[in-house]
Amino acid sequence: MKVITANRLLNGDVVWLGENQNWVERVTLAKVFEGKDAVASGLEVGATAEKNQEVVGVYEMDVTIEDGVIHPVRLREKIRAAGPTTHPEFGKQAQAVSV
Amino acid sequence: MYRYDEFDASFVNQRTEQFKDQVRRRLAGELSEDEFKPLRLMNGLYLQLHAYMLRVAIPYGTLNSRQMRKLAHIARTYDKGYGHFTTRQNIQFNWPKLEDTPKILEELAEVEMHAIQTSGNCIRNVTSDHFAGAAADEVADPRPYAEILRQWSSLHPEFSFLPRKFKIAITGAPNDRAAVQVHDIGLQLVRNDNDEIGFVVYVGGGLGRTPMIGRKVRDFLPEEDLLAYSEAILRVYNRYGRRDNKYKARIKILVHETGLEELKADIEAEFEKIRYGVLRLPDEEVRRIEAYFAPPPLEVGSATSDVVEARRASDAAFAQFLKHNLNPHRVPGYTSVTLSMKPIGGIPGDASDDQMDVIADLAEQYGHDELRISHEQNVILPHVKLEDLPALFDKLVAAEIAEGNAGLITDIIACPGMDYCALATARSIPVAQRISERFGTAERQSEIGELKIKISGCINACGHHHVGHIGILGLEKKGEEFYQVTLGGSANENASIGEIVGRGFSSEQVVDAIETLVDTYLGLRTGNEETFLEAYRRVGEEPFKEALYGAA
Repeated sequence: MKVITANRLLNGDVVWLGENQNWVERVTLAKVFEGKDAVASGLEVGATAEKNQEVVGVYEMDVTIEDGVIHPVRLREKIRAAGPTTHPEFGKQAQAVSV
Repeated sequence: MYRYDEFDASFVNQRTEQFKDQVRRRLAGELSEDEFKPLRLMNGLYLQLHAYMLRVAIPYGTLNSRQMRKLAHIARTYDKGYGHFTTRQNIQFNWPKLEDTPKILEELAEVEMHAIQTSGNCIRNVTSDHFAGAAADEVADPRPYAEILRQWSSLHPEFSFLPRKFKIAITGAPNDRAAVQVHDIGLQLVRNDNDEIGFVVYVGGGLGRTPMIGRKVRDFLPEEDLLAYSEAILRVYNRYGRRDNKYKARIKILVHETGLEELKADIEAEFEKIRYGVLRLPDEEVRRIEAYFAPPPLEVGSATSDVVEARRASDAAFAQFLKHNLNPHRVPGYTSVTLSMKPIGGIPGDASDDQMDVIADLAEQYGHDELRISHEQNVILPHVKLEDLPALFDKLVAAEIAEGNAGLITDIIACPGMDYCALATARSIPVAQRISERFGTAERQSEIGELKIKISGCINACGHHHVGHIGILGLEKKGEEFYQVTLGGSANENASIGEIVGRGFSSEQVVDAIETLVDTYLGLRTGNEETFLEAYRRVGEEPFKEALYGAA
């Protein structure tokens, strides 16, 4: 189970590919891709967005779904999804929306 | 302190204009990321986990209060209210927006600062002793030479596409505080029997995935040959350094694979061709640049101060600060003061915008407007009158930068690690924070004495773990953070690479493991004066290994 992630070109924010080819600010809102072909199509959308100067550094990452909520598998991606563990006041974790 | 001449000002402004246009073209879609990335890196702009990161050069770690205030302003205006001092005496901002970076570079240029040579495969910003120009043990101030190297290396067309990055460090004192032996070129200023200035030259030191101590290639390089000899080394490296594998591209690998004698012969042959050419340093030019670093007028005073002694007797925190955070000054009546950017439980090297402003004020008020950043991620006031110490200390306490822990177990070097860095395999800062909390009481730290812990969050070793008395390397194992411990490293004049003590530790275990090592040391040292490193070098790793893992 994968989601597609990148950083926004303009401000560097971490984003994930959501429905309707939108880039969303929360991993929980990401579109989940299952299977090689689906992931490849997601990455294609990403490549186009990269060409259109929306995002940079597109790649796929593993997630699990627990109680209907998307969770990144690797610690690196957990930190990207939340913000620096040393600075709970910064990053997405600081915004008043559930991660 | 050095001031830009019209040449410097014009090329920094040109570079800022160029970058502004490059950002515009990137946002307009005229440049792809592949085309843009090397351009942004040439201007210190990285993309990290959460955001862009801008690394600003602080050449040889020297700056004044006006520049420090500008850094505070940038932190406040364009970032999230803080900056992070690095192990290369620079500062990083962790949250700038791409669209703001041209403006930030313009603001930096207003105070003679920039982000050139902070990234890419060029000669990086030269580093130096943070007590340069002040230390009692100094042969000569290394900064004029660092500045000469800066002028020579900045945008050097021949060396803009080296096989890999290239780092030069220079110390003016026999007690090496600039880690010169773990740099691509390490220079140590010396005087010969005729009282002439020259350099001991080391080549091929470095950390990263293949740590090596530099090899001595010259016992005494005359001052006038500094640039020609450096150019000869760079030419040999540029020609023969490997470009097929980025992990084998540093000059240390070339030294290792070619052999010291053959490489030395290549360097000397190249040097002979150019030594009497345009790079020969005229004495008057060296003296001219030296004049920029003329020390402030310091009145010779008494080597002790009654007000300081009175306060020392009545205030334990002040006494602790005096014991650890002062470095002997060459002028009696003065001292160099380390402002600790390592509060107990805090983030090593972080400074808030307000703290930066306070530091700038204190430099003006008590420090002849001079500041230094150390590679150990602290800030130094190099010229402080002894009598001013009590008043200075009170202001440091108010700004929460008064911890008397320089050189102690809580004065930890840590790279940003996986909390920020795209390359990291584990976090560094939280480990540093937990160690700092574990050992943070004044009595415990003082009892342990000098002990340098250095933590890196990946094998690239930005946290210098190989040369920590205790080094910690964060890795990933089966999806979990995992920390390998090395013992016996040192970055001073008796440099050594630490040895892996045994199997690594989980994040939960690692602080306990460090405590076991410290307790073992306390149990076997010959007395309070035997440091951890001395004890380790005397007894070897066995007692430590046994304490960690049990008898074999």
